[in-house]
Amino acid sequence: MEVIDFLVDPLRSGIDRRALLELAMVGSLCGALGFWIVTERLAYGAESLSHGLLPGLVLAALAGAPLLLGAAGGALVAAALIAFASRDPRVGADTGTAIAVTGLVGLGALLALAPDAPQRLEELLFGDPLGVTDGDLVAAALLLVLGGTALAALHRPLTAVAFDPAGAAAAGTRPGLTRLVLLILLAAAVAVAVQGLGALLVLAVLIGPPVAVRSRAASPARAMVAGAAVAVVASVVGMEVSFHAHTAAGASVALALCAAAALGGALRQSPRAARGRARPRSRRRGPSLPAR
Amino acid sequence: MSAIAVEKMAAAYDGAPVLDGISFEVPPGTSVCVLGPNGGGKTTLFRVLLGELEPVAGRVEVSGRPAYVAQTDRTRLDFPVTALDVALMGTLAGGRWWLPPRRADREAARAALERVGLAGEADVRFGELSGGQRQRALLARALVQDAAVLLLDEPLSGVDPASETQIERVFAELRESGRTLLVASHDVESARSYDLVLCLNRRQVGFGHPAATLDRETLQATYGHELIVLEGGRAVTVQHHEHGHSHEVGD
Repeated sequence: MEVIDFLVDPLRSGIDRRALLELAMVGSLCGALGFWIVTERLAYGAESLSHGLLPGLVLAALAGAPLLLGAAGGALVAAALIAFASRDPRVGADTGTAIAVTGLVGLGALLALAPDAPQRLEELLFGDPLGVTDGDLVAAALLLVLGGTALAALHRPLTAVAFDPAGAAAAGTRPGLTRLVLLILLAAAVAVAVQGLGALLVLAVLIGPPVAVRSRAASPARAMVAGAAVAVVASVVGMEVSFHAHTAAGASVALALCAAAALGGALRQSPRAARGRARPRSRRRGPSLPAR
Repeated sequence: MSAIAVEKMAAAYDGAPVLDGISFEVPPGTSVCVLGPNGGGKTTLFRVLLGELEPVAGRVEVSGRPAYVAQTDRTRLDFPVTALDVALMGTLAGGRWWLPPRRADREAARAALERVGLAGEADVRFGELSGGQRQRALLARALVQDAAVLLLDEPLSGVDPASETQIERVFAELRESGRTLLVASHDVESARSYDLVLCLNRRQVGFGHPAATLDRETLQATYGHELIVLEGGRAVTVQHHEHGHSHEVGD
């Protein structure tokens, strides 16, 4: 009974229950979405987007507007700036993105540290799941329902495009459009999730769960379900740690997500799968057809 | 009516010309071997025929949406899909992409896998299949798509003899059923068994029946310094790709 009391203690507080509900809804969607982010190698893009939207968050805080609005606007501006900077062939895409993101984070910090700015920089950077509002919960629920529906509808095109873009295009899918929808989902997820985990830690809920489960998943659908489950369990673990050890809730959840990723990554794959991946191309030759 | 009609087509990447002066027509039910050195424009031609790359000049007409069989190393071997999942991707061509596959789709995919001799490996992960089995799974995807034109990019590279036999049998069946095959290859000798051969080296070097087209001059113009003429009249093409291979050709 003592163990159960110990585990249930955080739920006796309404604040913690709301925080857990927010994290469970956001985690369910982000854990599933993260599989495609990792598969399409968009982790760096996701990190850039989440960091680059900081000025939008700060401006919303300064204006007293909903943070979600600031996050959405910030994400749009960050995406446009990153796209512009990464197109400069003189510096290269990675360097251009790094400069754009660093500039945006610097601008956000500059605005947040102005003398008349409210003391919320810490919350914007590291999140505050304990401070979620009714509006945040509604946004998380909408994200879960709409994002989940979009992922379900896009499942077959996403699978085909991730496996073989050229073959998928020949079969009638549109890889560019499919990836664009994926990026829009990513931006929406970051804009909502940033309320609880902040601009610096939100990446953990997108990348941690898929890394934890991806190498052992039998199919994309199972990887998405397992990723969502890992995100929810890690959120519960993080909140438990935060409650009992009196640590910051957002950071505790982020660390729990990263621990899950480290644990999953440490587990080795089956040797047979590894052999299949490492098998080199042995020879090239053309076919000889029977004469007609 | 032609299955493929290309007239004075030119293609470029970011303004840099890659192919120029391409004109040929392929009747339905014909097999065409596309020969050329690496960088000669074979893949670019396929991209144009797939509608993935807009030609900068000329006219291109293809009967329906072609199916494409990529080289297996263009696919994700670490992606968690089975041979059946890969074959099922061909059903996307029928629309309804937002809904799960129907029973009829699954039956078509299983039938295609059986046709390429992979019925027993339907539930095996793609990355765990042998090179030949992977190529057959990709061929099954194209069969499910049921296209009039199939574009195959070096379909026998890395393929074991059993798979090679199976794939050649399917090719013959496709031709018998009126399908048109365009097969990119480095193997000049095997090109002689096709109905037509198209030689590319950033331009159209030759097109026609293999017996009339694959002479020494055309091969020299196609392969340049990669063609070595041996004592006795035989010639060898040396392809400088990742593992380095050579193919003997008669002359």
